[in-house]
Amino acid sequence: MAESVLDFPSLKLVPKTDAPQSAKDFKTDQEVRWCPGCGDYAILAAVQSFLPELGLARENIVFVSGIGCSSRFPYYMNTYGMHSIHGRAPAIATGLATSRQDLSVWVVTGDGDALSIGGNHLIHALRRNVNLKILLFNNRIYGLTKGQYSPTSELGKITKSTPLGSLDYPFNPVSLALGAEATFVARTIDSDRKHLTQVLRAAAEHEGTALVEIYQNCNIFNDGAWDPLKDSERRDDFTIRLEHGKPIVFGANGGKGVARMPNGTVQVVDVASVGLNNLLVHDAHADDPGVAFALSRLSDPVRLNNTAIGVFREVRRASYDTLMSEQIDSEIAKKGAGDLAALLAGNDTWAID
Amino acid sequence: MTKEIVQLDRVIIRFAGDSGDGMQLTGDRFTSSTAAFGNDLSTLPDFPAEIRAPAGTVLGVSSFQLHFADHQITTPGDAPNVLVAMNPAAMKVNLKDLPRGADLIVDSDEFTKRNLTRVGYEVNPLDDGSLNSYKVHAIQLTSLTVEALKGMDVSKKEAERAKNMFALGLLSWLYHRPTDGTVTFLKEKFGRKPEILKANLAAFEAGWSYGETTEDFSVQYEVAPAEMKTGTYRNISGNIALSYGLIAAGQQAQLPLYLGSYPITPASDILHELSKHKRFGVRTFQAEDEIAGVSAAIGASYGGAIGLTTTSGPGVALKSEAIGLAVALELPLVVVNVQRGGPSTGLPTKTEQSDLLQAMFGRNGEAPVPIIAPNSPADCFDAAIEAVRIALKYRTPVFLLSDGSLANGSEPWKIPPVADLPDLRVEFATKLNHVAADGTEEYWPYLRDPETLARPWAIPGTPGLEHRIGGIEKADGPGHISYDSDNHDRMVRLRQAKIDGIAKDIPPLAVDDPDGDARILVLGWGSTYGPTGAAVQRMRRTGAKIAHAHLRYLNPFPANTGEVLKRYDKVVLPEMNLGQLSMLLRAKFLVDIIGFNQVRGLPFKATEIVEFLEDVMKNG
Ligand code: SF4
Repeated sequence: MAESVLDFPSLKLVPKTDAPQSAKDFKTDQEVRWCPGCGDYAILAAVQSFLPELGLARENIVFVSGIGCSSRFPYYMNTYGMHSIHGRAPAIATGLATSRQDLSVWVVTGDGDALSIGGNHLIHALRRNVNLKILLFNNRIYGLTKGQYSPTSELGKITKSTPLGSLDYPFNPVSLALGAEATFVARTIDSDRKHLTQVLRAAAEHEGTALVEIYQNCNIFNDGAWDPLKDSERRDDFTIRLEHGKPIVFGANGGKGVARMPNGTVQVVDVASVGLNNLLVHDAHADDPGVAFALSRLSDPVRLNNTAIGVFREVRRASYDTLMSEQIDSEIAKKGAGDLAALLAGNDTWAID
Repeated sequence: MTKEIVQLDRVIIRFAGDSGDGMQLTGDRFTSSTAAFGNDLSTLPDFPAEIRAPAGTVLGVSSFQLHFADHQITTPGDAPNVLVAMNPAAMKVNLKDLPRGADLIVDSDEFTKRNLTRVGYEVNPLDDGSLNSYKVHAIQLTSLTVEALKGMDVSKKEAERAKNMFALGLLSWLYHRPTDGTVTFLKEKFGRKPEILKANLAAFEAGWSYGETTEDFSVQYEVAPAEMKTGTYRNISGNIALSYGLIAAGQQAQLPLYLGSYPITPASDILHELSKHKRFGVRTFQAEDEIAGVSAAIGASYGGAIGLTTTSGPGVALKSEAIGLAVALELPLVVVNVQRGGPSTGLPTKTEQSDLLQAMFGRNGEAPVPIIAPNSPADCFDAAIEAVRIALKYRTPVFLLSDGSLANGSEPWKIPPVADLPDLRVEFATKLNHVAADGTEEYWPYLRDPETLARPWAIPGTPGLEHRIGGIEKADGPGHISYDSDNHDRMVRLRQAKIDGIAKDIPPLAVDDPDGDARILVLGWGSTYGPTGAAVQRMRRTGAKIAHAHLRYLNPFPANTGEVLKRYDKVVLPEMNLGQLSMLLRAKFLVDIIGFNQVRGLPFKATEIVEFLEDVMKNG
């Protein structure tokens, strides 16, 4: 990947280290307690081996999580960390990130944690553009509470709490984030280490909130939920890999593409019949999130065909924490640091001698 | 015309009008002049929950009561000596509090057929003799104001709106108040609208000269300045004092303040005030909801700031889980609850003390939280500093229980010299603190200080002390996840012992018993201090022997509390709830308490407490 166009602004104030780091440095002595075969292991390994690339002082990295299987993540990261309460991690991390710009703050959450109980905090963190990197492990099920349907489960899902099938229509987390004014939205897959790492790197560098949806397999309660995107037979045909500045082509032999229709929508087309030049060129930096939104909705929530992965949107907007600090700095520059005695006295006093 | 001047030792004035009539502003201005004049004073604003209830209805009546005196006073007063009613609705709502012989000043222009019918008067009470027991001054406030502003470049509506300044001018004349403050204030407020400024000044002056010339007022009153301790004073409301206390605490701790808050009556003014003081490095975050407010504060505390959240009862209900998290994380956090009438939405603009048990027990599990309650508007300053002190020193959430009457009420405040404020500095952990069996040095986030039982506070950015904390039970010492039953039992008891131990670090409960032989104790907490104290003073003047004590710390109680309670034959406890503190004291000390309980949305009147005490003394 070339130098980021954004020049690492989110990490500008985070102290770096010269000491060489390896994945091992980010492992703790705590026994990892996910079920054997859980997709969380792969994500943990990817994060631990990617972080050394950033060269940040380990003590300036913080992982904050909510409740759920994925939220055990901080215990396994040898950084600072907090395993908080259900749904509130984005809010807690907001307090931390907006008061400490020298930290690289990560939120680890799941589909239930982020989109059900914590939905409100998620959308507001996104619109504010707080300097947080949110990793949303989406396994389309409640794992820790042993198998109820989640807000990303497909309609009609049979689970312990929905023996006759679920009745509520699922969220598409990428569409949701785009609608919530997010400045960085990406989707990746637990088993694709290379793609996952690329996306994490782009997220880390982004100024403001980055939402990374990671399709994660829960082999106990929802095994194979993402298989069409993973098994070697189907994946190339089902997955659209978005790359900024490149025409969107996919399929086994690059035979399929995405084009913009005269009515403004996007559609999967046959490259041979449309012509390479007429395909949509992916522009993650487009101001308007409309096309990114359309791309996020190409897939069918049940069949998963035409699922776009990669960075949907990456635009520049000052982060909330930067603006908050700037207000304080400019007040102090204009009027001087606060004088407590003057504050307490105010301008309407009287003396008794 | 020269008028007789009568000396009074104290006066209670109530301004009442439509919520659009500017009664709060009028009251505030009169208060400022009164403070500047050197009287002791206490105020009680009372306004409807609706922003603009239909004009002229009883629902829309807003009032402001001010008590000022030539001696120390502690309450906004029971019954007004003067009621200023800007319309029939305001008169109707407030008349029941007006004692016989009191002055009643009304805007007779507003006593129209239509306005009268709207509030249920079939005949004009100004004409039917029903107000004969008052000294009625029916003044055409509106038309006199419009007349005074004739020829000015303001609309009729704008002219009419200046009638509150006419009323203020008249009252300022009647009670000999200095006028410079109001003139300066108006100049600042309307500096950019010169015509409106001119109109308001003219109305104010017209009110003053009306008093001088009319025969309706034959006397003018004087209330001499009160004897007060030497020092520099200002008038201050509870919410502002509380905000300043928080800012001062941040300065004294040399730590940044971080307020995560969601707007809610009657606490929003603290958010507004703190938002103004960015020069002190204060960060204010208006969150998406109450939960996010407290959560952000916890995140900031984790990062080494003083995390604060401000709210009222319904907000505390939403924050409960997060406060429990702060108990488990053992991080500093101050939760300000400006109590209002409950349950549910209840009475947002009215006062109550009914969230004590919520603060005490409103969390899952054994989750003790220290509780501090200020006893007067100015005391909110000291109580806020104390709440921060305990939160920082013991790494714990602390409840600061104010209430609506403290928040909006005001009184003179002797401004403390900054040098006299306590030093609140604490140390962050920077070093490894434990040696493992194999000799490696490590950091244990839950290795407690043997004295305070507080855990070390290592903030992100500190090399070598990387650690993970969370809401799951932690192993005593190393702080890893632990499901061990013995460990859980120990940790629950340790957290409790830490909070209980704060009793050693707070002053004992002081008892005011001049002769030392009283058999009856009146106990209070929070804002009942004013009326309780005033009632005790009154009773003593008639020879009754009554001891008085006031609890500022509700959890833990001061170490001598049980001993004090047991010393008396009877303990009387007035509370604006159905007996919440009584319940706690009975349970903890096995003493009986005679509760005097009211939940009327208004502070106790001293008279009510006097009557109750007389009854207890007579009938046991
Ligand atoms: S229940 Fe599912 S998500 Fe949870 S740890 Fe096991 S496999 Fe992973």
